[in-house]
Amino acid sequence: MVEAAKYLSKSIAAVGQDLADGSVSSVDLTQACLDRIEATDSGEQGLNAFLEVDRDFALAAAEAADHRRQSGGRCGPLDGVPVAIKDNINVAGLGSRCASKILEGFVAPYDSTVSERLRAAGAVILGKTNMDEFGMGSSTEHSAFAPARNPHDRERVPGGSSGGSAISVAAQSSFAALGSDTGGSVRQPAAFCGVVGLKPTYGRVSRYGLIAFASSLDQVGPITRTVQDAAIVLDVIAGHDHRDATSSPQTLPQYSAGLAPPDAPLRIGVLDFSGAADGMQPAMTQAFDRAVSTLSALGHRCETVTLPHDAYAIAAYYLICTAEASSNLARFDGVRYGRRATGEKQALDLEGLYSHSRGQGFGAEVKRRIMLGTFALSSGYYDAFYGKAQQARTKICDDYRQLFDSGIDILITPTTPTSAYNLGAHSGDPLEMYLADLFTVGASLAGLPAIALPCGRDETGLPLGLHMVAAPWRELPLLCAAHQFESATAGGTNL
Amino acid sequence: MTSYDVVIGLEIHAQLQTESKLFCSCPTGFDAGENMHTCPVCTGMPGALPVLNQRAVDLAIRAGVALECTINRRSIWARKNYFYPDLPKGYQITQFEEPYASGGHLEFVVPGSAADGSEDVAKRVRLTRIHMEEDAGKSVHSHERSSLDYNRACTPLVEIVTEPDLTSADEAAAFVRTVRRILRYVDACDGNMEEGSLRCDANVSLKPAGRSTLGTRTEIKNINSFRFIKDAVEYEIARQRECLLGGGEIRQETRLWDSQKKVTRPMRSKEEAHDYRYFPDPDLPPLLIEADTLAAVRQALPTLPQQRCDRYTGIGLALADARVLTEDRDVADFYDDACAAADNPKAVANWVINELLRELKDAPIGELAVKPQAIGELVGLIDKQVISGKIAKTVFGHLLEHGGSPAAIVDRLGLKQITDVAGLEQIVDGVIGDSPKQVEQYRQGKTKIIGYLVGQVMKRSQGKANPAMVNSLLQKKLADE
Repeated sequence: MVEAAKYLSKSIAAVGQDLADGSVSSVDLTQACLDRIEATDSGEQGLNAFLEVDRDFALAAAEAADHRRQSGGRCGPLDGVPVAIKDNINVAGLGSRCASKILEGFVAPYDSTVSERLRAAGAVILGKTNMDEFGMGSSTEHSAFAPARNPHDRERVPGGSSGGSAISVAAQSSFAALGSDTGGSVRQPAAFCGVVGLKPTYGRVSRYGLIAFASSLDQVGPITRTVQDAAIVLDVIAGHDHRDATSSPQTLPQYSAGLAPPDAPLRIGVLDFSGAADGMQPAMTQAFDRAVSTLSALGHRCETVTLPHDAYAIAAYYLICTAEASSNLARFDGVRYGRRATGEKQALDLEGLYSHSRGQGFGAEVKRRIMLGTFALSSGYYDAFYGKAQQARTKICDDYRQLFDSGIDILITPTTPTSAYNLGAHSGDPLEMYLADLFTVGASLAGLPAIALPCGRDETGLPLGLHMVAAPWRELPLLCAAHQFESATAGGTNL
Repeated sequence: MTSYDVVIGLEIHAQLQTESKLFCSCPTGFDAGENMHTCPVCTGMPGALPVLNQRAVDLAIRAGVALECTINRRSIWARKNYFYPDLPKGYQITQFEEPYASGGHLEFVVPGSAADGSEDVAKRVRLTRIHMEEDAGKSVHSHERSSLDYNRACTPLVEIVTEPDLTSADEAAAFVRTVRRILRYVDACDGNMEEGSLRCDANVSLKPAGRSTLGTRTEIKNINSFRFIKDAVEYEIARQRECLLGGGEIRQETRLWDSQKKVTRPMRSKEEAHDYRYFPDPDLPPLLIEADTLAAVRQALPTLPQQRCDRYTGIGLALADARVLTEDRDVADFYDDACAAADNPKAVANWVINELLRELKDAPIGELAVKPQAIGELVGLIDKQVISGKIAKTVFGHLLEHGGSPAAIVDRLGLKQITDVAGLEQIVDGVIGDSPKQVEQYRQGKTKIIGYLVGQVMKRSQGKANPAMVNSLLQKKLADE
């Protein structure tokens, strides 16, 4: 069992080989992951990556995987590999709390499409990972259950909202984790934790069973230790789903099989973010510059580009996502599922039932955003706020379209202005946290595929992440470019 | 004393008769136990998403075409946000700024009444729009608790909105009846107001006669029968008139029709509509209705009630009869099939209207044992004098019980009319011989007594003698002697 721990640092691709040649069993691997979780998650400085771990559930799946392998069944790359799932993605039989008190005790009555596909591929689901409540946050500090910690420095945030997923992959208690990305919630925690995080093109991966935050922005994406691993997971979860009307029938390439260095020099757009210079951590700017040099050295043509309406991205994002969220979260009312408030002295009337259930069940950040979103949609304000934000979104989409139409293959930016900050650093001013999303929200608004991957460490050893964006449906060229960068920099350690 | 014009606009909600719900594949229909026809989508479970049922769109298009609307190529699903336990997601998926159908109109007749000697009045009402939306679930309130049944949640509806062109309670009722008939004709909706598959809200206001500015209107909800449309609207008109004449002001509000107390009363203000914060639903792409889809629907549309009624009056049926026959498309179809097997549309109409329809008792006409061809045949047999009208009723009785062919029944039961003169003469002679008293009375001038003699001949022939022939034979013989 202890032996199996040595496999935990491996990539999916590598451990798949070990499973295939019998060096390790899925049960041993799964047990090692479970032990790692137990060792790292709890206690005073516990990472709190997981909100729920179901040992029996996981070991049963691992046994089934071993059995399949022994019977000579054809096993895919994820068969028997332990993975973690963000708490807002339904896994039938496991809790789906979205890290909120209002869904405490709620057990998912059906599988999300992505969980279904992972299970069908033989993956072993370890449990549900910690997150900012309903996806609202960039630090996982807004979890109603426990704040999560960055494995590189336990005083610091892991990022969010898919903090738990990023932690688990970085702490090597799982080989891959699913997160959800609405404005950067897969990419930013990946960057803070020093792992790879991919947000697919909007519509590439089904949202059926993903508990909605902002319907026109949400996408499920993999968090992994390598780019190849991200491609492997994407192969399993991507593709049209008739249960999601926004899911695309666009042709599905083979991602991991298609990974290869770009066959011609790329034209790489380097975003001019001089306007945001004040907020940038010098180490991040330097690491980014080194990344640009690396890409040039690889033979690609790097040129500075601008996105004229970038300055409106944060405002547009926070109006649109909160508006959609105010509607998506209306169903959490204590009537059909989740937590229902009971009156202290007398039975509540209907309005009391609603206001107490939601008042007690939702955290402060969620309430803030629901109110903001409700306001943005309200009579008399709709045109000025929600309407205007959608117009800005159209302009932002046009910027990206023109950029890629002009021949740019990949746009690169830092993922975040700084490395992971201290727990509690931004609690005074929610806006400060919002503003740090400036590099990731654009790709969300425009529905573009984007990836964060390691590009070095700051002076205290905290990870820094490079951010790459491609045109719609161009996940494969994006992954190829990222893979090449990763190889050239030995996973961001060699810059 | 000020005279007021009545202004009425209607919003009719009709459930489209699809097999499945609008955004999930749960069955529609009311026969299941509570919450048996539900799934994560129609109960608003976390993570569920709507997927459009295309069949509902087809039925909606039929309704729009039948009501002469412009069918918009592109329309948008919108979220209407409000909190109520029967609305599982906390919003209803509907259409707001861009509905699938705009404009439209309906010509109909407000029937006159024999009671006050009023005539039928033709009327034309403009429609504003029709849009599609999902229905909510059902609340059941008891003394100590409220329960929710989501079987009805997500059932597809069309909402038909009229311009404020109606001017009386009678017009409103006649309008809804006509819409119902049309929706049933095109198989879009079964029009059952009692079960709630057709519901109607009425907007009523009064304005001083001749003025163009509309008065403040109230909305009446919870009208679930034709009777109630008339009663509720009449009550509200009277209430508003009394209020205005007394110098009062009408409050804009939603009122409920209370069918027990026969009044409208205001809804509690908390139930009033607030800001719905409509916005396009990001989970659904715009609804696109292509030209060829539209053309196919138009092509397949059956003849509508008014055209069918006109055709029947055109071939000589009385207007009242034509209306009865075209009330239900199944009856009109039955009638047409029966006519195809006969050469006498008026007689066929008579049989269908006066004999057949009362046997229906809520069952569909297609379920009767007697088939349209049989009715046609029956009429033919009478016309060819094979059987008398009276015997035909006996045959009809058999047809109702067992179906089959009238000719076969006549043969089997030996019901053919006796028309050969010799045979008849024999019976006539017999009756004359056996009824000297009546014969004497006839000769004395009491000619009406011939009826008795005819009756006797009919009796002796088991009703099979041709009455006309019997009559003329008797007259001849009695005159001879």
